Amino acid sequence: MNNNLQKAKLEPVWHTNKFIFALIFFLVTLFFFFPFINPSNFQLHLMIMIFMYAVMAQSWNVIAGFSGQISLGHVIFFGIGGYTSSFFYVEYGITPWIGIFIGILFSSLVAIAIGIPMLRLTGHYFAIATLLIGFSFQIIFQRWDLIGAASGLWIPLNWDNPWLTLQFHESKIPYYYIFLIFFLLSYFSIWIIYRSKIGFKLRAIRDDPQAASSLGIPVAKYKIIAFVISAIIMSPMGSLFAQYILVIEPERMFDIEISIIVLLIAVMGGVGNVWGPLIGTIILIPLSEYTRIFFGGTGGSVDLIIYGILIMLICIFRPSGLISFFPKKILERKKFL
Amino acid sequence: MTIEIIIQAIISGLLMGFIYALIAAGLSLIFGLMGIVNFAHGEHLMLSMFSSFWLWTLLGLDPIISIPITMLILAISGILTHYLLIRYILKAKMIVQICATFGLSVFLRSLAQFLWTPDFRNVGNPLLEGRLEIAGIFIGQPQFYASLVCLLSFLLLYLFVNKSETGLALQATAQDRKAAETLGINSNKMFALGWALGLSCVSIAGTMMSNFFFIFPDVGVHFALFAFVAVALGGFGSIIGCLIAGIIIGLVESLGGLLIDPSYKLLYVFLIYLIVVIYRPQGLFGR
Repeated sequence: MNNNLQKAKLEPVWHTNKFIFALIFFLVTLFFFFPFINPSNFQLHLMIMIFMYAVMAQSWNVIAGFSGQISLGHVIFFGIGGYTSSFFYVEYGITPWIGIFIGILFSSLVAIAIGIPMLRLTGHYFAIATLLIGFSFQIIFQRWDLIGAASGLWIPLNWDNPWLTLQFHESKIPYYYIFLIFFLLSYFSIWIIYRSKIGFKLRAIRDDPQAASSLGIPVAKYKIIAFVISAIIMSPMGSLFAQYILVIEPERMFDIEISIIVLLIAVMGGVGNVWGPLIGTIILIPLSEYTRIFFGGTGGSVDLIIYGILIMLICIFRPSGLISFFPKKILERKKFL
Repeated sequence: MTIEIIIQAIISGLLMGFIYALIAAGLSLIFGLMGIVNFAHGEHLMLSMFSSFWLWTLLGLDPIISIPITMLILAISGILTHYLLIRYILKAKMIVQICATFGLSVFLRSLAQFLWTPDFRNVGNPLLEGRLEIAGIFIGQPQFYASLVCLLSFLLLYLFVNKSETGLALQATAQDRKAAETLGINSNKMFALGWALGLSCVSIAGTMMSNFFFIFPDVGVHFALFAFVAVALGGFGSIIGCLIAGIIIGLVESLGGLLIDPSYKLLYVFLIYLIVVIYRPQGLFGR
């Protein structure tokens, strides 16, 4: 056992299970060639939403699954990302590509500012505190005149330089590729982090904070690191989403529903596992998009009714998420994660 | 700004405070008993408001008369919640418990939106209408009676939990489930009773509020937030703490709105929560 563990540690990342790697390679190729089979606009939109929510659920998974803190206000990083890139483009004409990184910077700063006092709280106290912080951000942004208060920001349209201004009016395909690349980057980096020493320490903290701290792991510091990582991968999704819809408002960018959906996706797929959020997204997002089409605008809440029922069923029958349906043999392989 | 306006604000803050206290007491009771935070608390409030609305619309029953019916409906739904959902997650990890009640809240809220549309409704011509005038201070009658009823129910709840035998059995279960079971207390029944009691508290508050508040599927969200704040402020599981915390929240809300800026009312309350949990994580009356 000990020997195996050492072997697993010494082996570089790319020496993992060939089957898994072939599968991942196959999927990535499929994703890259998807636009060539002439998908409809709706199909492209669906894929974009899947990529976006997969990353957002992963971001939630980092803080909940790796360090054990349940955040109910994760939407704030999405909103900050969206507002920052849009604001710098609208006011100063700075390209959203740079705006994304300014957004990441702001989000990380906010994560640190919230994390230092809040991450000392455990359990329900942290959950409720983040819920309140999420609402507070919405209230503040609704009344902040500089960034358009309740009416939000309108990103000026531009037809000349689509790649520079990151807005494409003719086709959704460029958006598709941008979201795809961010999705791959986020998942790859989280996968690396999960296997790294930081990942091991975070899981140690999640499983037993006291034991972890007696082993010399600075619990508070690592929780803040996890929170910042989580903010860093969440924030670009906000910026890209803002570029995708081109009109942002507090109701939409700080929608409490986003926090909830992200949580439901992650729990559905399986918290604490890199692939859990992806599985949850692949099931829940098409479900919600198709029910919205099927029931039309008036029945927009049908998807949430189904979400609610599914999540209660999962909690009762499969508390560790859908990923636990995979054979245990594969899951417990060190190489899989 | 005259002294009268300030007194007016203090009184209306106090009145709302008693209502918040009763809502929070229901939440606190459930938490104290089994360690589960009912994230669907606001939705149960919304259900009780809709229940009294429909009883008024379909049967012509005024909310004050329909209190027992709404209480019964909510108590039954509490027992169902326990037997169908909570029973299975009692021993689960906290994240699963949070998600289960959160799932319930999403389910109930969207179901209400699906069945009854997001329209705002209200009970027209209730028995309690108009306002009272006491020494130049105006108080809305519905608000006054709502907080009176809430305060009375709160006292009844307190007496029940602390004086009656069943209440003591509840407390025993809360303190040590295993020990209580060896004494012949059926903890599963106690948990169901806890849910029934907790949701009855909410139903009283909801029914009384349907007299003067708009009724729509999202109505519970803010009240639930205040209830969370009140429970954490008073200390999880402390019923008296809820009363004090409810009053504090009511006062902060109305005075903050009057003296600083009414559009940030919610923020002041949240700020109080954050300050309290950072400096005194167990709450004001927490163990």
